Amino acid sequence: MKNRTFFWFVLPSIIAMIVFIALPIISVLVQSLYIEAPRVMIESESCGPFGCDKELRVDEEATAAIRDAHPLGLFNGLNTYIDRNHLAFGEVGARWNSSSTLLDFFRSILLLPFYKALSFTLAYAFLVTPFVIGFGFLIALGVNTLPNLMRGTVIFASLLPMIVTPLIGSLVLFWMIDANGVIGATLQTLVNDPNFSLKASIGFTWITLFIYGIWQSTPFAFVVFYAGLQTVPQDTLESSLIDGANRWERIRFVIIPHLKPLATFIALIQVMDNFRVFEPVVGFNAEASAISLSWLIFNDLQGRGVQLFGSAAATSVMTIIGVAILLTPVLRSVWRDFSRKR
Amino acid sequence: MKMLSKNLLAGAMLVASSSLAFAGCGIEKGSIRILSNDFPALHDVVDKAEECAGGAVTLTKNQTKEHESLQVAALKANPAQYTSAVIANSSILPLLADGLIRPLDPYVEKYGKDLNKTQLITINGKVMAIAMMANSQHLFYRDDILKKAGVQPPKTYEEMLAAAKVIKDKGLMPNPLGGTYKAGWNLAEEFVNMYLGYGGSFFKEGTAEASINNKKGVDALNMLKSMTGYMNPDYLTFDSNALQAEFQAGKVAMAVFWGSRAAAVKDTKGTTQEISDNIKFAAAPTVGGGTIPATTLWWDGFTVAKNISDEDAEATFRALLHGSSSEMANAKPNDAVWLIKGYTPGAMAGGTLATAQAGAKPYPMAPSMDLMHTALGGEVAAFLQGKKSAEQALADAEAAYTASAKEKGFLK
Repeated sequence: MKNRTFFWFVLPSIIAMIVFIALPIISVLVQSLYIEAPRVMIESESCGPFGCDKELRVDEEATAAIRDAHPLGLFNGLNTYIDRNHLAFGEVGARWNSSSTLLDFFRSILLLPFYKALSFTLAYAFLVTPFVIGFGFLIALGVNTLPNLMRGTVIFASLLPMIVTPLIGSLVLFWMIDANGVIGATLQTLVNDPNFSLKASIGFTWITLFIYGIWQSTPFAFVVFYAGLQTVPQDTLESSLIDGANRWERIRFVIIPHLKPLATFIALIQVMDNFRVFEPVVGFNAEASAISLSWLIFNDLQGRGVQLFGSAAATSVMTIIGVAILLTPVLRSVWRDFSRKR
Repeated sequence: MKMLSKNLLAGAMLVASSSLAFAGCGIEKGSIRILSNDFPALHDVVDKAEECAGGAVTLTKNQTKEHESLQVAALKANPAQYTSAVIANSSILPLLADGLIRPLDPYVEKYGKDLNKTQLITINGKVMAIAMMANSQHLFYRDDILKKAGVQPPKTYEEMLAAAKVIKDKGLMPNPLGGTYKAGWNLAEEFVNMYLGYGGSFFKEGTAEASINNKKGVDALNMLKSMTGYMNPDYLTFDSNALQAEFQAGKVAMAVFWGSRAAAVKDTKGTTQEISDNIKFAAAPTVGGGTIPATTLWWDGFTVAKNISDEDAEATFRALLHGSSSEMANAKPNDAVWLIKGYTPGAMAGGTLATAQAGAKPYPMAPSMDLMHTALGGEVAAFLQGKKSAEQALADAEAAYTASAKEKGFLK
């Protein structure tokens, strides 16, 4: 293709990528570097149904004047990134000096909101993803051996968890594991403890969320693997049969190598997906025990009338960086495969 | 196509308005556009206000739980998308901060002869909103269980703990107390209630600097923790819906719960007649020898947007005044505790009225209170889980508040 033709050919995609990907990221980046201009506060009296009170109030006119002078707010550099609600360099340093053991240090760091969110998010991404790949593969193998007549129904049933909206799915499960719910009550009978609860302890809350995540995402891995299984070369399978390979050996030496690129693809999508885990935290009312980076952003933006745009932007930028770091190994292996094939 | 949809819209509006009786309320013309939260009492008001529509008066409404996230942007537009935002004492702050609502004094003077003086929300001497109803968290209790245990309905949190102990020891209920202790906004609200009950204040006098790390704050946290000893172990996930379900399932004997849920808790669709009959209401308890109930008072009311024509503003004020008339309040006495003149309180209003009469404080209106509330949400949970000491949790909440207050320009 001539360079000129190529240029016109890719131009629409480039424009679309700039408008829909690059510009929003730049805008978030810029937003994260600014804080709001100072507000001028005055004391004033307010009266209502329950009497009068002297309270501080924002002086609208004086504040508007400052705002007009600084439409973007005040430049704050990277200070939002390192403040207490994010990387908290000051607090981390202080805790490093005050804790006697390394374990103590980590324990105190994990009480800071950003690190609390990061620890759950990473644990979620790294525990859920392998299980999703493993279970997806097993289900695909199982379905592939079913007689054709049953396959359609079984595939449809296996896809159901993916069809349910995550927020709805987690709410349904939340009420099922409630002490009054079918799972919660059954568990209480099984362990013979009327106070047993999956929601009360941090450990059980994490496990519940992981299981929910695996339940929700496995169908995706299953569908991809199932499609892949249809492309396994029959000749190789037959020759391995003639060589006397049993079922396990056929899976180990023929099917798995064939599906490996698909597994990489699923890992890529799942790590990205699971790193932005959000709905289950809200659906399971799990804010006390488990929060995620996306939940932090949500929490900044949904304040009742007061939104922390700069803080949300800083967390977003760090989430983007986090995803990029996590994806580097996967992308590298994709790149290596690609160059080898050429 | 555009023409067609316009015609359709006009047709739909015509149908909508012609189906309403032309009762009118004396408004000749104007466009009334209302944005409000979505609960039964506000439907009552807006439905009544719709009687004013007809002829040259049009009325449209958007009643949604997301009203708070819409209101600032919608009223900033010129002309504003809505002529009135129906607000509560917390959600009026952003509108005031950006100067998006107009003083109502001229309209009050002209049409407000039937308003109670307590309905006028004045800020620096100007009426900025008209309050219509009050809400607060107050005591809900099961009369039969308390009688079986041989205890009086508690007047203080200390009595409440003692009563809970008796109920538990007698084996009447394993978890007699309830509360909206869900980590985040709900739990922070519980702390705000308790801290005010101990007589605390959230900011240093005349500044936006936090001051909660003190004896009163520690006492408030410890009281919350003592309460959780008699609660369902899932308490950190309990919001209003969950607590209502527990009450209706007969698993809770006492809780300080929202007055606006009174009718819903007693609704026999969700519970048995016996439980429903035995749920009674009283003022919120006091705490630590304090004299005022440890709770906050909330009001809901209406405002009129600044960026609209005077004609629309006047029409909006008159329509909402009509909507919040005593006629409406007495037709729906149990949907809310109305602050309206000539209203005879219904059976569900007792708890909120008793709380207000006992001198409970309104929810603080300081402009940075939202940030304080958010900062408390996470830290109080960490304390209740035993991950932090009370002092540590309060110091951390102050630090979290300071970081976000700096970002919002409240602190340097």
